[in-house]
Amino acid sequence: MTPEREKELEVLACKARLGILEGVFNAKCGHPGGSLSAAEILTYLYFEQMNVDPSNPKAENRDRFVLSKGHVAPGLYAVLALRGFFPVEDLKSLRKNGSYLQGHPSMKLCPGVDMSTGSLGQGISAAVGMALGAKVAGNGVRVYTLCGDGEIEEGQVWEAAMFAGNKKLDNLVAVIDYNGLQIDGSLEEVNSPAPIPEKFAAFGWNVLEIDAHSFPAIEAAFALTPSADGKPTCIVAKSVKGKGVSYMENQASWHGAAPNAEQYAQGKEELEAALAALTA
Amino acid sequence: MAEIKKTATRDAYGKALVDLGAQNEKLLVLDADLAAATKTGAFKKANPDRFFDCGIAEQNLMGVAAGLTTMGFTVFASTFAMFAAGRAFEQVRNTIGYPHIPVKIGATHAGISVGEDGASHQCCEDIALMRTIPGMTIINPADAREAYTAVFEAAKLDGPVYLRFGRLAVPEVFGEDYTIEIGKGVELKPGTDVTIAATGLMVNEANIAAEQLAAAGISARVLNIHTIKPLDTEILIKAAKETGAIVTAEEHSVIGGLGGAVAEALSDIYPVPVLRVGVQDVFGSSGPAVEMLHVYGLDAAHIVEKAKAAIALKQRA
Repeated sequence: MTPEREKELEVLACKARLGILEGVFNAKCGHPGGSLSAAEILTYLYFEQMNVDPSNPKAENRDRFVLSKGHVAPGLYAVLALRGFFPVEDLKSLRKNGSYLQGHPSMKLCPGVDMSTGSLGQGISAAVGMALGAKVAGNGVRVYTLCGDGEIEEGQVWEAAMFAGNKKLDNLVAVIDYNGLQIDGSLEEVNSPAPIPEKFAAFGWNVLEIDAHSFPAIEAAFALTPSADGKPTCIVAKSVKGKGVSYMENQASWHGAAPNAEQYAQGKEELEAALAALTA
Repeated sequence: MAEIKKTATRDAYGKALVDLGAQNEKLLVLDADLAAATKTGAFKKANPDRFFDCGIAEQNLMGVAAGLTTMGFTVFASTFAMFAAGRAFEQVRNTIGYPHIPVKIGATHAGISVGEDGASHQCCEDIALMRTIPGMTIINPADAREAYTAVFEAAKLDGPVYLRFGRLAVPEVFGEDYTIEIGKGVELKPGTDVTIAATGLMVNEANIAAEQLAAAGISARVLNIHTIKPLDTEILIKAAKETGAIVTAEEHSVIGGLGGAVAEALSDIYPVPVLRVGVQDVFGSSGPAVEMLHVYGLDAAHIVEKAKAAIALKQRA
């Protein structure tokens, strides 16, 4: 990745963060913490990795993405809007009555959303089904899913992981947003799924560990997919919950809370300063 | 009288999958380690490349079925009714029902007629559970022919379908010329004093009950309500108006199944007495299937009794 491209992607991730903050502020609710931690991953997927066409969001042979941690909808919407699936202006309608930007993503309503999600642990199974379907069809479609680290406490995740490993679905990549926090506190305090890499490896996955906020690291990981040994790939991406908004960083309390006007102004100022520094 | 042939609806399901698979190369079948029992094993044998065993993991089974369906395949996902509708309820609700993905759920071993396995496997709640999901079609075939044609009709439907099959070999009600029409009840016998609206293996019992009632001078109409949702309210309202009393009969809890659906629909539009034959809000228990059906009141004798009680209620007014 050239330094220029890295900077362009950082600009996009910063704009996505501004979109997340704006959406959640206007909705007066929503999930900023995990959306901010996943901004680089989502940006990379939609701007570098995936074969998608915003002018034809239902194209048969497009790559698929399933947001298994469906509450990170503000993050997905911000990136879809920046990518051109719908107007950035519409991010303000997040969670409003009649909006296609539902609290959790709806494939029936929102352009670019490949699977309706929200109930944790279910999206990864749908992604596994899509990857299996692509194998049966032999169409070369690749499937990506993003799971939360807390989400993988759900038993269904491991049903899906076992099946994908056994079926050697090497066209599937699951990214784990490893920010270490869930609603009731840290993973260790609540019910830690650690060690995450070892668990996925034991289920027959190729496992990579990266810094979730480094585009060169993300690029290097995706460059190693599909794995040479026919395994599905799990990218364990160590992240900072609330990344980019100082008072939200590493705070479980910002999992599902909206900033007030003063907090919004501060967060916006911080992100705009970061954007100015990037584009200076 | 000639011996009536008996076939389990699950056997007809397995045969239908094989025949449909020969016509439709986009047909995929999933199971959860029960292929021999659900009868999807026949499809597996015929089309090993189009059959996937998800193992003992029904929640993942439903999600995989949804994902596969979005890739342009016709997918039947099979397991026992208890696990399809019960264990994986929320997966069916959120990953199939909410996005209205046209997955076909082939649920076998529904009801008390599972027999010896007992209460843990005798699912008498599945119709009630599936009915609460917006846009879910629910079909409970009465016999092998109806089950066979239901598979073909369900495959054509652009929406999720819950197909309910049984373990027990049941008498054949329909001939080879019969084809199910989803959402349309079937009048099997005309009648003026009372209507018996039955579904599944209780349809045959309803026919027997009507004959017994006729011998006692009572004219009972018999309706086969194979589709519980969407419910054929037209045929039921007509029956309510013309006969003034309804008895429902199902191998399911009296709460939330056909009886619940009929009572809800008629109370909105044309209230008449609705008496429900079904499992009386209790768990099942082990024993030979046919014997257990009698133990739980799922037979013609109980329909006759309720029919007389329904007529008495009608006359009270």
